[in-house]
Amino acid sequence: MNIVVVGHVDHGKSTVIGRLLADTNSLPEGKLEQVKATCAKNAKPFEYAFLLDALKDEQSQGITIDSARCFFKTKKRDYIIIDAPGHIEFLKNMVTGAAHAEAAFLVIDAKEGIRENSKRHGYLVSLLGIDQVVVLVNKLDLVDYDKGVFDKIKEEYTAFLRELKVEPISFVPVSAFYGDNIAERSKNTPWYKGGTVLDELDALKKQAIAENLPFRFPVQDIYKFTQENDDRRIVAGTVESGSIKRGDKVTFLPSYKESTVKSVEAFNVPEKETAAAGEAIGFTLSTQVYIRPGELMVKSRDLMPKVSSRFKANIFWVGRDPLVKDKKYKLKLAAMRTTVKLVDIINVLDASELSTVSNKEQVDRHDVAECVFEAARPIAFDLVSDVETMGRIVIVDNYEIAGGGIILESLTSEDSILKKHIEEREYLWEKGAVSADERETKFGHKSKFIVFTGCEEGTEQKVREIAKAAEEYLFKNKYKVYYLGLSSFLRGIDSDGKDREEHIRRLGELARIFTDSGQIFITTVYGLYDYEVEKLKLLNKPNEILVINVGDSNFHKFKVNARLSKDDSTGAAIKKVLSLLKKEEIIIEYYL
Amino acid sequence: MNQIEQLEAHSVHILREAYREFKNLAMLWSIGKDSTVLLWLARKAFLGHVPLPLVHIDTHYKIPEMIDYRDNLAKELKLNLVYGENPEALNNKQTFPDGNVDRLTCCKLLKSEALKHTLSGEWPRYRYDHKKDKYVVDENKEPYTGVIVGVRADEEGSRSKERYFSPRDKANDWDVGDQPPEFWNQYKTDFAPGTHVRIHPLLDWTELNIWEYIYKENIPVTSLYLDRGEGTRYRSLGCYPCTDPVESTAKNIEEIIEELRSGKFVNVAERSGRAQDKDDSGGLETLRRDGYM
Repeated sequence: MNIVVVGHVDHGKSTVIGRLLADTNSLPEGKLEQVKATCAKNAKPFEYAFLLDALKDEQSQGITIDSARCFFKTKKRDYIIIDAPGHIEFLKNMVTGAAHAEAAFLVIDAKEGIRENSKRHGYLVSLLGIDQVVVLVNKLDLVDYDKGVFDKIKEEYTAFLRELKVEPISFVPVSAFYGDNIAERSKNTPWYKGGTVLDELDALKKQAIAENLPFRFPVQDIYKFTQENDDRRIVAGTVESGSIKRGDKVTFLPSYKESTVKSVEAFNVPEKETAAAGEAIGFTLSTQVYIRPGELMVKSRDLMPKVSSRFKANIFWVGRDPLVKDKKYKLKLAAMRTTVKLVDIINVLDASELSTVSNKEQVDRHDVAECVFEAARPIAFDLVSDVETMGRIVIVDNYEIAGGGIILESLTSEDSILKKHIEEREYLWEKGAVSADERETKFGHKSKFIVFTGCEEGTEQKVREIAKAAEEYLFKNKYKVYYLGLSSFLRGIDSDGKDREEHIRRLGELARIFTDSGQIFITTVYGLYDYEVEKLKLLNKPNEILVINVGDSNFHKFKVNARLSKDDSTGAAIKKVLSLLKKEEIIIEYYL
Repeated sequence: MNQIEQLEAHSVHILREAYREFKNLAMLWSIGKDSTVLLWLARKAFLGHVPLPLVHIDTHYKIPEMIDYRDNLAKELKLNLVYGENPEALNNKQTFPDGNVDRLTCCKLLKSEALKHTLSGEWPRYRYDHKKDKYVVDENKEPYTGVIVGVRADEEGSRSKERYFSPRDKANDWDVGDQPPEFWNQYKTDFAPGTHVRIHPLLDWTELNIWEYIYKENIPVTSLYLDRGEGTRYRSLGCYPCTDPVESTAKNIEEIIEELRSGKFVNVAERSGRAQDKDDSGGLETLRRDGYM
């Protein structure tokens, strides 16, 4: 079981752990003597914290810089105790330590009382989803083991936690340096009837395994080790919640592709029929579906997660640079990664006072804020109140994890960043001297953006062939037409493009210009998804788009304009394309 | 799931994450029990396969049985095994056993320096060619950007502060005071050009957990860990001039587990047989800041 010890700087977190290790005989032989000897040699008073603050910097400064793990064992079970730093500068280390814990011990100095980070840490602990909190009122020797001081802190801090909807398990009066109520009951606090720190530790409840929740399996990777004579196509990942068995129907999100679990795969175990929360496992599927890492596999009959690109989240920011609008960040949620932008800051919370500021334009380092984000594409997630682990996000800024948070609400993407951009673009679009109607009359046809797509392995060449044949036919018949090859695009206008989202955006903007010039603009995009084609459609506005698919497609709801078989000859395929163009009144009649 | 199953699942998750995110990924294999468990966990993660190179830093002072064991296992599992070394220090006899440098400098030259330049591809890498049944100079000189290492947090102070994904800068340095945050199961998988990331799937395992897992999975380990009749065995493997066996009569894995659980080693640090640790008053920190594992 993982436990984190948090609290304000110098309130004695490392001392509590050091004493706990010493009093329960958990230290390596000779370690205590060794540290005592080093202290004597350097004429420094011995402190239990030195046992933990192993790094040289920490011993010289007397503070904990990074979270350290201590392995510790009672009669009941094994623990990893994480010593988190209390200094504000090391907040990211504190959060890192706490994010792996099932329970928190929050240390408050009896003499100093509740301080800024006592509150901030309390808040972060609740945000991180730790619901078992034990408060240790430390250094009671400095206030002569006064019950009044203890009671006052207890009352004040209980009221604070109540605002966060956290109900502490207990308050324990301790003096870690002298070992009062750490492993043994202290004679100095006869008025205290509760358990020692050790008792409270063993009384903590193991986190319930999330087996009763809906099944959630973020696809981490897809393995095929064909070279080693292994033909299995394995969907790999860790089950976040729920359970599944062979034969269950599954849906992948956000692509909405469906299949059935054919087998549960693992190495060096007896054949498996089922898999449940916590297992790092693999599956094979009964049909070949084209999915990419980052999709979420769910049971088709379970409660569905949300699928949206807009959401409201509570985030804590530890980045060097502030979180600002109009900047691209990387979003990670379980196995999913995409680009995200901050749309709105609802309020920024002063975690130590629980007061909110609502007019901030950016989220600064160590701020906690409620924000609206928009991902570059729809993502599948759960609200943190439904399936906790599937509502947790991190935000990466310039290679570094800069923020983390929990999703509170799924929002509709009615007014997306893209729609706003297009409204502005169209408003400011500078028209030439020639109107669209004039061009149409002169050229004898409407302008059009025609996209050829498909998602089956090995169809790429075919898709390009058909697209080029369409260009050739139209050109020979006096149409203004242009085919843009993928590699010309990638090497040219998109050569500094970072990702597929940017690729799609640039293509859409380019289409807007081509179609504005009255031409028929043809290109191919492999494996288009619903949201991508919607983007192209929007970007090409006010002109029209036609989508022609070859073989299987990635589309879920989007209705393509024409569907070609991958087995069609190019001649047969082009016939279907031309009949579509005729239907769409782009061409009047066609002859092959 | 019991504790060992949870540790296994978490390590597998980390290995898969590393495999997904790092194009040039390698795993350090010291031949000891920890990195052998790591190798086994890779087979768990990749369903029986080990689709990445294993890199061994050969100081040429390893206990000879270790090298035999390495080569045999590589053949048996058809591993992509690569080793590197510090040819200059070895040729010029700049080593502790030769009496020319102290222990820490020897470690730095034969391990840290060899590791740094083997990872970057500047010094020759030797790959085991299964068809020719011998080591050949590896054509691949690309730097490894992700390096999986089997360190455990319970080994010593500086390792207890490690991240699961721990960045090293261009000079291979570890900035202990400013480590990246790791929230829940999200790690640092983005890195600037020229830097690399050390990946530590075994961080939460204890020495006891390692042996319990070896027992549960029946993983083959070298017999150096067992008492072969002389009343001693190795608890931790390294170079023979600096690694002492411990007095123990544990003749099989069960007896090792018993020793650690309630027997003579219950509170004795594993690396107590490693002389270089004692020479560095900051634990291994000085060495580790310089790129030691």
